[in-house]
This record gives sequence, C-alpha cells and structure tokens, in this order.
Amino acid sequence: MVNAVSVRGVSKMFRLSSEKHTSLKEKVVHFGRSTYTEFWALQEIDLEIAQGTTVGLLGHNGSGKSTLLKCIAGILQPTSGEIRTRGRMAALLELGAGMNPELTGRENVYLNGSILGFSKKDLDSRFDDIVGFAELEQFIDNQVKYYSSGMYVRLGFAVAVNVDPDVLLVDEVLAVGDEAFQRKCLDRVKQFQNEGRTIVVVTHAADLVRKVCDGAAVLDHGNLVFKGSPGEAVRSFRDHLLLNDTYDDEEVEPQHKITVNTKPIEISYVTLERENVDRTYLVPGESLVVRVGYEAFEEIPDATFGLVVYDTEGNLIYSTSSALLGSPTGPFFGTGEVTFTFDDIPLLDGNYPISLGISSTDWGVVYDWREQCCQFEVVNPTSTQGLVALPLRVEIQTHAVDKGTAVG
Amino acid sequence: MSAVETDPPDPPDADEWRPPVRDDDEYVVSVPPGPFARLARLWRYRELLVGLVRTELKVKYKNSVLGFMWSLLNPALYLVVFWVVFTYFLPNGIPQFAIFLMSGLLVWNLFSLGLGNATGSIVANSGIIKKVSFPREILPVASVGAGLVHFFLQGIVLLGALVLFQHPVAWNYMWLIIPALLTLLVLAAGFGIFLTAVNVYLRDTQHFLELLLLAWFWMTPIVYTYRTVVDNPKIPHFFKILYKMNPILWIVLPFQRAIYNRTYFDTPGLRHWVTPAPASPWWYLARIAVVFVVGFAILIGGLSFFGRVEGNFAEEL
Repeated sequence: MVNAVSVRGVSKMFRLSSEKHTSLKEKVVHFGRSTYTEFWALQEIDLEIAQGTTVGLLGHNGSGKSTLLKCIAGILQPTSGEIRTRGRMAALLELGAGMNPELTGRENVYLNGSILGFSKKDLDSRFDDIVGFAELEQFIDNQVKYYSSGMYVRLGFAVAVNVDPDVLLVDEVLAVGDEAFQRKCLDRVKQFQNEGRTIVVVTHAADLVRKVCDGAAVLDHGNLVFKGSPGEAVRSFRDHLLLNDTYDDEEVEPQHKITVNTKPIEISYVTLERENVDRTYLVPGESLVVRVGYEAFEEIPDATFGLVVYDTEGNLIYSTSSALLGSPTGPFFGTGEVTFTFDDIPLLDGNYPISLGISSTDWGVVYDWREQCCQFEVVNPTSTQGLVALPLRVEIQTHAVDKGTAVG
Repeated sequence: MSAVETDPPDPPDADEWRPPVRDDDEYVVSVPPGPFARLARLWRYRELLVGLVRTELKVKYKNSVLGFMWSLLNPALYLVVFWVVFTYFLPNGIPQFAIFLMSGLLVWNLFSLGLGNATGSIVANSGIIKKVSFPREILPVASVGAGLVHFFLQGIVLLGALVLFQHPVAWNYMWLIIPALLTLLVLAAGFGIFLTAVNVYLRDTQHFLELLLLAWFWMTPIVYTYRTVVDNPKIPHFFKILYKMNPILWIVLPFQRAIYNRTYFDTPGLRHWVTPAPASPWWYLARIAVVFVVGFAILIGGLSFFGRVEGNFAEEL
C-alpha cells in the first residue's frame, strides 16, 4: 500500500511568550531576557495515511489536531521529524482564506485557484462547475465584500473541491451552508473517495468520522493516543474527553447541607447506575437506573418527581414524571428515594443530560428543579447510525434457484 | 505493409474516468526547499505571480476615481517639483532637465516602490500565510512585479515627453536598457525577499527602509549628474569609492546614457560632463554584469534566508 501522507516522529514546539517583541526597541530592551515557555503541541507523532483512504483526526480543542494538519499542509514546519506527501495537495483550513474582498467572485476564483496551485487553463475549464457548485451564477461578477458569509464560504469550498487535488486536507469546514449545500459537499466527498483520492479531515464531530472516514486517529494533548477504525476511535476520543472533564456526572453537589433551606422539599442526591459498572458509558440496549433522593422538611400532600432527558444540543428527548408513570403522589415527609429504571436505553451515540425536579402534580408549584444536573453517555460499538436504536429484526430468505454448479 | 487501421483507443472522457493519482511525486513537506528549488518553483507558479500582480494593482486603485492615473500622477508631480526647484530655485544648468530627471527617476521608482511594497508584503498578507500553503516568496516578487507595471506606465509618459521635445536618444546604447532592467529586478527581488522575512520578526524594518531609501535616493545621481560627485576635488577619495559601490548607480547611468544621451553640456567658460566620458556600450554592460552577479548572489542569499525563517511565519504573524 502506498502512503499518501507519512508522518514520522513529528514534534512541534511553540514558544509562548507573554508578549511578542517585534520592534527593535522592544528586542533591545528585552534582549536575552525574553521569557517564554515551551509548549509541545505535537509529540513524536507517527501516522501513515494510505492512498485512497479517508482519515479523520479527532481531538478536543487544543489537542494538536489542527497543528498536525498545518504541518502536513506545509504551513507550519515541525520542530523535528519528517513528513512526506505524495501527489497534489489542497488544504482547506479556512474557507475563503485566499480571497480578496475587493475583487469580484470571478477574479477570486482564479486567484484562489492559482494559490492552490492550479493553472489558468485548469480553472477556465472548471469555472462553470465551480460557479454552479457554489450556486453563485448571478453574483459572480460582484465584489466579494458584498457577499453574505454563506456565499463567501460556498465559493471557497467550491474552488477547493473542484480543482482536482490528489490529497485534500480539510479542517472542520464540511459543515457549511444550508442543509442542501451540506449534502452536496458530502456527495462531493463521496465522489472523491470513489475516485481514489485521499482525504484527511480534522474534526471533533464524531458523527462525521463515523459517516465518511475509513480510519481515524485520536490526538490528546499533542499525543497520538489511538489509530484504527472510526468506531473505536470515536470511543477512544470520548474516553479521553471524559478523562479531561472536570465535572462530576454522578452526583449533585451536596449543597443542602450548608444552605439555609427555604424549600419544603428538595432533591438531596442523584445517582446513576449503569448496567455494566466497569464502564463509564452505556451501550445501546443496556439498562440505566436513576436514583433521586429527597428530603421533605414539612408534610407535602401532593408532589410528583419529574425527569427530563435531552440530547447534546439541548433538544428534548423524553419528559415524564412519577405521577404520569402511575406512582403515588404523596403525602411525603422526611427522606426517601425515587428510582427511575430504564430497562433498555434505545439511544445511539451521544451524551444525554438529565434534568430532575419536584413539583405539585398540576405543575403549579415547582418545589425543586435541577437543570441538567447529571448526564449519561452512550457509545455505539457498531456502525449503525442515527439517533435511536429502533427495535428491528431482519430475515433474508433465499429461494433455491437451479444454476448448475454456479453455487458452490 | 498492410494498411491496418490502428485507431488509438479513444481517450477516456475526463468526466467519467480519472486515473486514481495523476501526480505521483513524493514531496518532503517538513524540509524547506533550497534557494534554487525556490527559483524553479517561482517559475512554475508564474501564473499566480501574474495574478497577484494584477490583484495588487487592482486593489490599490479600486474605488478611486482616477484609478491607474495615480501611478502616472505621482511621478509626474515629483517631476514638476524637482524641475521647478532645480531649474529656477537652485539652477543646476542641466539642459532639458526633465528628460534627464525622468530617465533616472524611472529606475529609482521601480526600485523604491518595488522594494518598499515587497518588504511589507508578508506581514500585509498574514491572512493567507497562516491558512494557505503556497510558495510565500512569491509575495515580495509580486510586489516588484507591480513596480514593473508602474515602470512601463511611466515609461509611456517619458516616451511622450521624448516625442514632444523631439529629444534625440542614443539608439546604439538603447539595448542596454534590457540587461539593466533585468538586473534591477533581480536586485529589488533579492533585497525584497530578504527584508520581508526580517520584517516579520522586526517590524522596524519597514520604517527603517523608508529612511534608508530617502538617503539612497540622494546618493544616486538622479537629480544631479554622476560627474558632479566624481569630478569634485573636495569630495574625499574613499567617499567616491563608496559612492561607486551603489549598485543602483550602474543601472541609472546606462538609462541616462541611452535616453538623455548628452555626455556633456557647456555653460559660459566651463564644460560639464554628465556621464563617464568615453564609455562604449560594452563599458556599461561590463558594470551591469558585475551588478547582476552581486544581485543574483543577494537573491540566492535572500531566498535561503527566507527559507530558513519561513517555517515560523505562521506563528509569528
């Protein structure tokens, strides 16, 4: 297998100084005393990307994934190590980066294209494709500074994907424009893949990696922590993300102990119990138990416990309450525990925050409300996609056909 | 021989079939190319160079009413001011001073404008430096290229003046303009590539250059003649040697010789020489050749310095 990109032992060090001394006076004044701290954005990265594959570089902000991409693109020079690339390369680090707002769309197509290394002849023959792809036929002779940001970005993307690179480097720009344009971009990526081109995409969108990549690498604090299949990479990425997370998803802060309480009833603790206690995440189909402790300081004749599940974007997924589920609504006094049991979590990938609350059954009085006080994570080990693992069975019946010896 | 028709197979339709990889060259991205590789790369990217020159000119005069006229008005005003000063206020006696001045100013404007813009070019284009991978040395070269376009525009004005005054030019020296111009471009590009790289780390360079160019202008025989300095017994010998080390001098002189075409002029009782007296075109060419070698060395040195510091541009900007 021939490699389109090989990265061998690449490290990159940045000098972080409190301020840059770029004038002569400052250089002289601070001569020899320029204090800076070394920051290793990449450490001994080894990565081979085979020709014709699509590889995702996953990592949270500051993991060094963009630095690695810039080194591959030749924009930054690694402090040590070697990078080899094969074939013509186009980097899409920021859409419209090579564009000049004073020029018209037409002029920018040529300027941007030639910065990416393509000849006027190449661009002449592709000009209509580019403009058509960007859907800017009417505006192509207007100055780019009058474009909306969406138009700007579409033109930049159209130039980059129509100029025929062998290796395309993309930095989190696939999600541009409206839904129709996004689909067009993904179609173009698929076409690129079918044509045997190599794509390296930097992202922290796990879905994208699962959707388009053949392989993925995960970076964490400048180290390559995983390389392999997209599904496993996404899991490794989540694990590292969780390790870095400071927030505790197990329990509500025990704040009632110190605050002077004015609520007649309140939530004293929340615990999540996963089916497999060895893991920090659930797999679709596993069970989850949410235990909510309460403490009532006076007799509450009528109350219900509410539970709301959201997705990462904050969309409501499920909202219910103990009353709706048929539990008694009181009276409550003293301490107790409410247990919500999901026998089978049908959700696919993602982090799912939970809000909990206590109110009267008509929701007229809200006694206590803990907005998104805890969350659980689901990791999908298979390659199925979507939001919900719908219960589904499949059967295939083969009917015998007489084809001689063709069936062995 | 049988006439078997062997039609070559139809070339596959470009839209339907593409070889998986057309360019199979391996590049080592992590090692910056050397100066000669960079020169070759500049040639490969010549279309981008032309595009950048066009952009620089277009953007400069976009939204201005007079547009390109400004690149003519600016030197024209210089010309008028110098002509008034040195014909009436401080008469230097040079006949047809406008032509003399213009033939030198043409050279100087290309050099100072090109070098000035080239020095600021990397910092001014920090946006694409940080986000796009392309041969960055093309930016200072494009600034010099924009200077060349102005040179030609101003040349047209000079041509008009020559026709208007029916000034006799020296046809047998005229071809010197080509090697002189080429050398000037190499010099400006060489200095420009070096200084624009320095300017990334030391932003004083731009301001310092403005002062340097002002002094340099007066140290070059543009508003006065070469012989005023060289023949002046009051000027010490070492200074004259220093004076002759100015590379631009050896570009200005052939221009003056070819276009102004007066080797001397007389005032009552005194003969003033303008150019090195008995010099043939070859005498000039030899000096241009020396400057070219120096200029080329500066270009290569500038490119290799540029290559060594270029890796940190994206961080420093």
